[in-house]
Amino acid sequence: MKHLLSTRDLSLEQAVTILDTTARMAATQEREMKKLPTLRGRTVVNLFFEDSTRTRISFETAAKRLSADVINFSAKGSSVSKGESLKDTALTLKAMGADAVVVRHHASGAANFLAQPGLVDVPVINAGDGTHQHPTQALLDAFTIRRHLADPLNPACGGPLPPFDSGLGTDLAGRRIAIVGDVLHSRVARSNVALLATLGAQVTLVAPPTLVPVGVETWPCEVSYDFTRTLRTWQPDAVMMLRVQRERMSASGGGFFPSPAEYSRQYGLDAQRLGLLPDHAIVLHPGPMNRGLEISAQAADSDRSVIVEQVGNGVAVRMAVLYLLLASDQVAGSSSTLS
Amino acid sequence: MTHYVIRNVAPYGEERCDLLLRDGLIAEIGKPFSLDGEQAVEIDASTLLALPGLVDLHTHLREPGREDAETIRSGTRAAALGGFTSVFAMANTTPVQDTAGVVEQVARIGQEAGWVDVHPVGAVSVGLEGKQLAELGAMAQSAAQVRVFSDDGKCVDDPVLMRRALEYVKAFDGVVAQHAQEPRLTQESQMNEGVVSAEIGLAGWPAVAEESIIARDVLLAEHVGSRVHVLHVSTAGSVEIVRWAKSRGIAVTAEVTPHHLSLTDEEARSYNPIFKVNPPLRTQADVDAVRAGLADGTIDVVGTDHAPHPVEDKECEWAAAAFGMTGLETALPIVHSTMVLSGLMSWRDVARVMSQVPAHIARIDSGPYAQGRPLAVGEPANVVLYDPHGTVTVDAKTQATMSANSPFDGHVLPGRVVATFLRGRATVLDGVPQDRQVSGTTAVAGGVS
Ligand SMILES: [Zn+2]
Repeated sequence: MKHLLSTRDLSLEQAVTILDTTARMAATQEREMKKLPTLRGRTVVNLFFEDSTRTRISFETAAKRLSADVINFSAKGSSVSKGESLKDTALTLKAMGADAVVVRHHASGAANFLAQPGLVDVPVINAGDGTHQHPTQALLDAFTIRRHLADPLNPACGGPLPPFDSGLGTDLAGRRIAIVGDVLHSRVARSNVALLATLGAQVTLVAPPTLVPVGVETWPCEVSYDFTRTLRTWQPDAVMMLRVQRERMSASGGGFFPSPAEYSRQYGLDAQRLGLLPDHAIVLHPGPMNRGLEISAQAADSDRSVIVEQVGNGVAVRMAVLYLLLASDQVAGSSSTLS
Repeated sequence: MTHYVIRNVAPYGEERCDLLLRDGLIAEIGKPFSLDGEQAVEIDASTLLALPGLVDLHTHLREPGREDAETIRSGTRAAALGGFTSVFAMANTTPVQDTAGVVEQVARIGQEAGWVDVHPVGAVSVGLEGKQLAELGAMAQSAAQVRVFSDDGKCVDDPVLMRRALEYVKAFDGVVAQHAQEPRLTQESQMNEGVVSAEIGLAGWPAVAEESIIARDVLLAEHVGSRVHVLHVSTAGSVEIVRWAKSRGIAVTAEVTPHHLSLTDEEARSYNPIFKVNPPLRTQADVDAVRAGLADGTIDVVGTDHAPHPVEDKECEWAAAAFGMTGLETALPIVHSTMVLSGLMSWRDVARVMSQVPAHIARIDSGPYAQGRPLAVGEPANVVLYDPHGTVTVDAKTQATMSANSPFDGHVLPGRVVATFLRGRATVLDGVPQDRQVSGTTAVAGGVS
């Protein structure tokens, strides 16, 4: 693995290796001395063309915990919208001696563009490109799901969190994951569908038909327009709520759904729908949440919610990816070289 | 003027004979003949076939306004190398070709360049803005004698404006060439909407955005008794609608581009914006349908939609890139490979869709500057010699067009244009462009820079 551009590029073995490495990274973060010397002297550039403080901070924290130097390069707000500046930026980063580039960009394929030979020529990590992919988000979601669902008897509600190495070496075969919301515009959904399928999970997308892409029929998942029925009859092990952007309301043609209230009623996760879940089921959200739109406060704050934990796992998964791309010769197979 | 004897050539890929080009005309066709002391350049064409000079109803020459991408001179030189003797220069220049002054300027520069006949297309609406009819009559009556009108690049989406344009051009036997793209259904659209767009997260461009406009326009053309020409048909549904319209007797003609005959939206997976084009590349089922449509006559012509762009407009992320591909120098080999080698068409059919019918649609198939005429004695000597057994490896950087955005860069294509004659004058010989000599009364000063 030279880059991490899309979860579609990951084999099952590679995906499990990343999750296992994440578990080890997470364990180190329980220590008093969180910093590892692994990437000392290496430079990681965070190249963010889109505002996303939380993702940038997560990557920055991950790199720093591995002792890398971090340069934050924010192109947001400048007049750059044309790709020639993306090319020029890439050549600048290369000249500065970046050892890895983390890129967030509003255009689908921007990370692929940077990864082409002759541009930065170092590992490129896609931190979200348009409506295409956000692979580390899917990896942290998968890690969180595996950790919680490894022991099916473990109730989601109450009790201590499972250990980080819960489920080590395993995939998500047979697990049922519902992904709910704006699939059409969601790189999180695309990344998750591909990765969860690779890991053997069953996926159902739940959304109003206007927010499901034409062409979804070839995706390795089912599609449902009825959230309540999916919860009741399919009994998912995890429900992943997607952020719905309010501007989808005012799009061309009068918006993708009639009103926030109607969206909430049909596709929001509220206390009533929460009650339909099996005991062990967990609730995820990539954040930031629109409380009251796609998720109610009760659901967001319930014992089933692993939303806060996802943030911490995000750092661990990004440490794992940086480690595997920069410090390990191979992503496949055991990553036992990690102390 | 140099005379040419083309020995042992196969007109339309059929029976071999000799051709004599003299004084701008095809003077003789037949069994090997001697010249009786006449001075002529002999060309051994025993591996070549001859076609009438090609006519492209759909070329973007970019001048005036975007001379960094192409000039009339560079684009027409590329056209000659592709076997063309006439091109129609689309109106989306800066300033727009929406007045007699601009179309006359384009025609004049084209004539001075001398590589092919340049016929400016007139804009349908002022500034291509789709609001007010441009002065179609003035353009028709100008020295450029415009007969083809199009807002290409943009759709004439206002049904009333479209109706008026269809009616108005009847006064001078003009035709409206529609770029069928419903704008509301294609806001922000980047590529064909389907399996690939869903997966790679580029905003989709539904087939229905093209088909709904074509359906509307053929009905409008029927209602007002006008002819309408549909540019770059790209979907199976569009072919069906045109087929239906023709079966009703509606005066519709349609075009397909070489790239829509050969490439699919699978190319977008690379995110290489060389493959970003308007209308977008579609699916294999669509490619099969436009090929079948071209073969059975539903689609009348091949037009290149040659759309040069400077490097910086293509060397970027997909969404920021410009739409369009070059095509003049690869059109004939692509039609050769997709239609002839596949057994769907004969060379006579190729002559029909790349020369005869486009010239007829544009009403340039009569008079002293007639194009699209058959290879016959007494006809203007617009001839292309083509080696169907040669191959060319496309190198976008060394093509004659100023721009390098060929989707076939690096491809090995069958066939090779060996020579092109414009009214008896060689514009290309041995695959090399022939700069015009400055001598005599017919020559115009200035070579090719
Ligand atoms: Zn067009």
